[in-house]
Amino acid sequence: MAERGFQISRLPGFATMAVAAFVLLYLPIVTLVIFSFNASNSVAVWGGFSLHWYGDAWANQAVKDATVRSLVIGVSASVLSTTLATLAALGTTRRRAYRGQTLIYVMINQPLMVPEVVTAVALMIFFGIIKVATGYQGLGYLIAAHTAFCIPFAYLPIRARLESMDLSLETAAADLYATPWQTFRRVTLPLLAPGIMAGAMLSFVISLDDVVITEFVKSGGQDTLPTYMLGQLRRAFTPEVNAISTMLLGVTVVLLTAFFLLTRKRD
Amino acid sequence: MSPAEEQALRASARNGWLLSLPALVVLALAASGPLLIVVYYSFLTANDTGGVIRQFSIEGWRSIFLSYDIFEDRYTLADAHLKIFWRSVWLSLTTTALTFVIGFPTAWFIATRPPSQRALWLFLITIPFWTNLLIRTFAINEVIRNEGILNTTLLWLGVISEPLRIVYTETAVLIGMTYVYLPLMVLPLYATIERFDMRLLEAAYDLYASRWTTLRRVILPIVKPGIIAGSILVFVPSLGAYVTPRILGGGKKMMIGNFIELQFLQGRNWPLGAALSVLLLIIVMAALLVYVRVANRDRSAGHG
Repeated sequence: MAERGFQISRLPGFATMAVAAFVLLYLPIVTLVIFSFNASNSVAVWGGFSLHWYGDAWANQAVKDATVRSLVIGVSASVLSTTLATLAALGTTRRRAYRGQTLIYVMINQPLMVPEVVTAVALMIFFGIIKVATGYQGLGYLIAAHTAFCIPFAYLPIRARLESMDLSLETAAADLYATPWQTFRRVTLPLLAPGIMAGAMLSFVISLDDVVITEFVKSGGQDTLPTYMLGQLRRAFTPEVNAISTMLLGVTVVLLTAFFLLTRKRD
Repeated sequence: MSPAEEQALRASARNGWLLSLPALVVLALAASGPLLIVVYYSFLTANDTGGVIRQFSIEGWRSIFLSYDIFEDRYTLADAHLKIFWRSVWLSLTTTALTFVIGFPTAWFIATRPPSQRALWLFLITIPFWTNLLIRTFAINEVIRNEGILNTTLLWLGVISEPLRIVYTETAVLIGMTYVYLPLMVLPLYATIERFDMRLLEAAYDLYASRWTTLRRVILPIVKPGIIAGSILVFVPSLGAYVTPRILGGGKKMMIGNFIELQFLQGRNWPLGAALSVLLLIIVMAALLVYVRVANRDRSAGHG
């Protein structure tokens, strides 16, 4: 081992603290995952490996319904918000600054700034009025709400990608008599695709994870997986919730890894 | 500028607006617009069975701070409300301080790794950051609850003879919020420390500064923008926290977010809930404005 000399950037205790922080960050999550495979009823005492909590969760009709609802809302919201965010990103990058551009930025990033519980209350009142006026009670409200708060998450990676692309290829295409649509379809879109994929994944993860806004906006019997879990906690705490958490966690980690691979800068 | 150029610019701006318009419409309908309704509702009269009566009243705002005493026919300070406010502010500030104490060494550690390793360490911070807040709160709850891992282990080791009662206390909410918001502190701190010129440390040590002096007089002033960014990023969601205090604080240790929910979902007092929401929004916006001003000043001073 190399001699540990005077390292200029080393501050005493910092490395220990950092390693402790990582351990503390992961210990609870790892414990949760491990105990979802516990054979016994306890979430603290290990009773052998078993998949029966997953079986229980799978056999539970409420969990199945909530899973399907989460997926329907997540896919719809991520497709819609990514489409809208792509258009907005094309409208706000690679052109001369114009009047009102700051307003557009503020509007798009607004869901990141307003406390979730405030938006949730606002939507509950507003959609409540519409529900009474139209009689429509469906999933549309949840999809609209999720689409709105997913827009900034889809917008940021797409905009970052666009800003790193220069206009020379598009100009070349136009010089070769490509119509604007052909240029967009054959040049811009393929170049932009990784950004769009990244935006879609982030917004899907964000939609899948939402608790607060869904809890306030949902009508009766419209539980998603997170609101179902929140409701379960009011009653007895069972490792079934661990099993559901672990599955959600798995989806998040897979999508995030893909996101990082997509947005990684290649040298 | 020639007329043709001017026309091209105008067309570009128009296209910019047209392309952004669909997103703006959805945001106006399902995010920003409804906030105005909350402001309107905060000035209406409460309906005892939930909802509002469309009649102007400032009672919603007044009842944040004052409660009406029927017997003495006068207003007294609403102690219960002020207590919830105080608890929210105090817990959020303490959370911010704790995440800084833990997050700063962590960010420093990551930023001083060899460049090839940094991405991995950052990824390890980012996974919890994107993981469902509810799941992370569940996870920490399982560690600290009465029959949880912490108590089981301590009992087994013989350190304690009775389980520590942490859940449903302010300490539990504090531990939980520090746990879930830590990545929000580490990420902006890392971003500023990464650009820190390590030669400044060499200069400081050459001039016989101790490590503590160097930290206090050289490092901290330079990474200040990152500290402010991280503090705002932690403070703002802490103040509006709903899930973490609900699970770890039980019904007793409420924060503003839970108190707002109580006014609406239990149908207690909608105008009061609306007024509380607007107040929360104002505090958060003020914090963000301070952040933007400080960030701009630092940039113009040539730091960031």
